[in-house]
Amino acid sequence: MTLAEALGLLAPRIPDGTVCIHANGYVSRAGCATRDREECFYMIGSMGLAASIGLGLALARPDRRVLVLDGDGNVLMNPGALASIGAAAPPNLHHVCFDNGAHASTGGQRTISDRVRVEQVARACGYRWSGRVETPEALAAEVPAFLGREAPAFLLVRIALGPPGPPGPRVPHAPEAMTARLRRAVGAGA
Amino acid sequence: MGGSGTLTGAALPGPFVDRLQAAGFDFFVGVPCSLVGPVIAELDRRGLYLPETREDAALGVAAGAYLGGRLPVVVMQNSGLGVSLNALGSLHILYGIPCLLLVTWRGYRGDDAPEHLVMGRALPDLLDLFRIPHRAPGPETLEADVAWAAAEMRERRTPVALLIRPGLFA
Repeated sequence: MTLAEALGLLAPRIPDGTVCIHANGYVSRAGCATRDREECFYMIGSMGLAASIGLGLALARPDRRVLVLDGDGNVLMNPGALASIGAAAPPNLHHVCFDNGAHASTGGQRTISDRVRVEQVARACGYRWSGRVETPEALAAEVPAFLGREAPAFLLVRIALGPPGPPGPRVPHAPEAMTARLRRAVGAGA
Repeated sequence: MGGSGTLTGAALPGPFVDRLQAAGFDFFVGVPCSLVGPVIAELDRRGLYLPETREDAALGVAAGAYLGGRLPVVVMQNSGLGVSLNALGSLHILYGIPCLLLVTWRGYRGDDAPEHLVMGRALPDLLDLFRIPHRAPGPETLEADVAWAAAEMRERRTPVALLIRPGLFA
């Protein structure tokens, strides 16, 4: 299962109005190419901070469902975010980590996710639920259940490192435009 | 910049937090420093303070809060500014996300423990390099400097720093 295939199974099931924070790198590119919405925020820098941004949004907006779409390199760069999310325990934050065991956008250098069970770290940090899927069939079965799980909830999706090269074009939106459109979409002003 | 001399007299954390709230700040996250201990205690007393694990993570949380419609403050020691530079450069400044940075100035005038001297010397220059507006308030300018910071943030949609020198909240 590639990143694009995994997103193809997940993205159509995300309820309208859900705020989606995409980690930098290929997660943002593939996410934008799969299903772009006003409530989608794509990081092009600040690696590691997708989960932190999601936490801030979830705490600021308990009326909104927040979904963080993350990668193994990102989570392992800022594992403190798992602890902060577990401690703050926002009931409206769901966290998906696409784990290809590599930093795909810098050339596929390996991470350490083959030896560190990130979903177990999340559980130990206080996520109310965490789990792992490794096949498209398992992901398709889990997606509807996951979005209804008690939050914060964490789902690790094991994916293959795709062929070299990006899974989609660069995110076409200017960074400041993404800030403005998300704030507009959640009624926070321009 | 505010005054450069030794601070005489101390500001009170209660009125300072009042002033922040009156200026519209409504989300407080950070990593502590003793120089702002009384401010964090006051925020905590009001149930407003979210402790974070690292300063750049605090900046990420603050960015999320802003995207959700809040006006955030990040409290940190200047040592934490070092780990924050990528977040400031490739998130806040890039995306036009404002944030008030309450950055303590350990190593001020070279009079501190050795681990604070390099960052203490570089602090204002570092902020200048990143084009982050900053002031170092004294007790008598604190109120005006908070108003200045809030206006700068709203107008320029950028992080703005208030540098908290030793003795301000002693």
